[in-house]
Amino acid sequence: MTYRNPPTTPRKSATFDDYTLSEIRRAAATGIYDIRGAGAKRKLPHFDDLLFLGASISRYPLEGYRERCDTSVVLGSRHAKKPIELKIPITIAGMSFGSLSGPAKEALGRGATLSGTSTTTGDGGMTEEERGHSKTLVYQYLPSRYGMNPRDLRRADAIEVVVGQGAKPGGGGMLLGQKISDRVAEMRTLPKGIDQRSASRHPDWTGPDDLEIKILELREITDWEKPIYVKVGGARPYYDTALAVKAGADVVVVDGMQGGTAATQEVFIENVGQPTLACIRPAVQALQDLGMHRKVQLIVSGGIRNGADVAKALALGVDAVSIGTAALVALGDNDPRWEADYNALGTTAGAYDDWHEGRDPAGITTQDPELMKRVDPVAAGRRLANYLKVMTLEAQTIARACGKNSLHNLEPEDLVALSIEAAAMAGVPLAGTNWIPGKNGF
Amino acid sequence: MPATTMSKAEREQGHARVFDLSEHSLRELNQALHKLTPGSNETAWEVLHPRGSHSVAVGVDQPVTIDVRGSVGYYCAGMNDGAAITVHGSAGPGVGENMMSGSIVIKGDASQYAGATGRGGLLVIEGNASSRCGISMKGIDIVVHGNIGHMSAFMAQSGNLVVLGDAGDALGDSIYEARLFVRGKVESLGADCIAKEMRPEHIELLQGLLDKAGVTGVKASEFKRYGSARKLYNFNIDNADAY
Repeated sequence: MTYRNPPTTPRKSATFDDYTLSEIRRAAATGIYDIRGAGAKRKLPHFDDLLFLGASISRYPLEGYRERCDTSVVLGSRHAKKPIELKIPITIAGMSFGSLSGPAKEALGRGATLSGTSTTTGDGGMTEEERGHSKTLVYQYLPSRYGMNPRDLRRADAIEVVVGQGAKPGGGGMLLGQKISDRVAEMRTLPKGIDQRSASRHPDWTGPDDLEIKILELREITDWEKPIYVKVGGARPYYDTALAVKAGADVVVVDGMQGGTAATQEVFIENVGQPTLACIRPAVQALQDLGMHRKVQLIVSGGIRNGADVAKALALGVDAVSIGTAALVALGDNDPRWEADYNALGTTAGAYDDWHEGRDPAGITTQDPELMKRVDPVAAGRRLANYLKVMTLEAQTIARACGKNSLHNLEPEDLVALSIEAAAMAGVPLAGTNWIPGKNGF
Repeated sequence: MPATTMSKAEREQGHARVFDLSEHSLRELNQALHKLTPGSNETAWEVLHPRGSHSVAVGVDQPVTIDVRGSVGYYCAGMNDGAAITVHGSAGPGVGENMMSGSIVIKGDASQYAGATGRGGLLVIEGNASSRCGISMKGIDIVVHGNIGHMSAFMAQSGNLVVLGDAGDALGDSIYEARLFVRGKVESLGADCIAKEMRPEHIELLQGLLDKAGVTGVKASEFKRYGSARKLYNFNIDNADAY
């Protein structure tokens, strides 16, 4: 018997992992960067790294199924004559018609309305489907101004000036030609079939002083009735929040890097912006420093998935959260029932993110008339409402356990962190210690 | 410099509803204008002492005439939908932004982003316009008697920009289907913008715009036409250097 030296196990590089290698090969073959939808997929410090303490001798809980735990929130009371009152502090984030199909937009409106919350237009203007089916509709005011007009501005319940979004702070958008149907082209005043670039900067203002004048114009056009939100990507949350408040915002929306996009470069999504968890405390701090916490409301989005995430965001000082990706999943996005179709596109349910290509098997991120039939707006709206209900009940369960009769009474003192990173970002103690990294000089 | 015709409100002077911004607030002015309903008798308005106020006469949606006696700040006549608004002075940034229909005449100069994202109607600037004139325009017609600054008609989607004088750097960068007519010199063209042939239909279109804007003594044949080369309409890596 001949002796063989024991072989080593084949070892792949942690740096050059399978995904990285595949991306290098893809780039070499095509000469173009990878564009995809959704938000950051890398592992990031997140709400999972926080835990609630619950009640104990010093804090007594509320009875789970008997004692009231308020979930309502008023948005826009600073300047608007007609602030928005929502039954739950979970709103639907802006997603464009064009990026999403008409039935998908209708389903978002139906689900939000059943749940007593708001939904939001996107970079493509307001459609009759969503206005008709949304009791409370936030109208986005975007750099491209696609579909912008004073009639819709006045039909809206609130206006959201979009400065940036978490998936791509500082980036514009691109709706590829294959998604430009006649209707989408008409709403955007562009020829059918060409790529539609959405600008990254507003065409008629730059900087916080101009923004203040722009907000004044929007208020004057709408007779000071509508709440005006300012949405920023998670870039410099302290300063962006402070400047939005200075510019006159009623509500500030901060979108972390897990927040989705319809189509952005992979390199942008994964490498620009800050995680949602890292954005919250600086934004809250800015409001507190200005004496505007709870006067100007703060909405945070990017990776909100369940009632625990909602409760944790609110405990850190947020007034409401917003969901996009999770809402699409509730409608049916990435559903394993379409696995064969996902496989045919070279992917699998749960990983599909080529939303810009318009071939979505679930019929949501498409303008293909056949595919969009897969979304029944009534049933999908019902699923979204169910999901929002579950999130709300979960958040209430946690709040009652912490002795709170309103979700808004949750506080940072109810939380600890499981990692030093999360403790530093959230400004709560590392579990089992009284150490908040960065506080008191160490 | 060619003159525009006298506005309707000027002809009807004495019957106009006068609104003095040194006595009343901007909010009162805009709300009074928004309360107008179709068939209202208050068809002529005169705004005194604007003193550079921002957002003068924004969001008007009735076919009234408004004469603003003096210079205005940002976004004057923003989102105008049907009114004929004349500023007897100069206008700050974003005059007539996102106009839907109607007309706006600026007797003096206009600052940056004049007519930005405008969807319809006619914007006439009798003086010069600064940078980014007609940025992202979506159907508006803009006629500038003087010169326009750099990056004008950036990402212009639709509509017509007519310049009797010169245009600054990077005219029509990333332009879509808007038509640009310049009588004087163009400092430089932006990405994907090229000089195009003036065919008879363009001469006719331009002459119509000049007439509508009250421009006299200038022939359409004196202009050059610029528009999209349409090379950036669908992303192609071989065009990356153009971005």
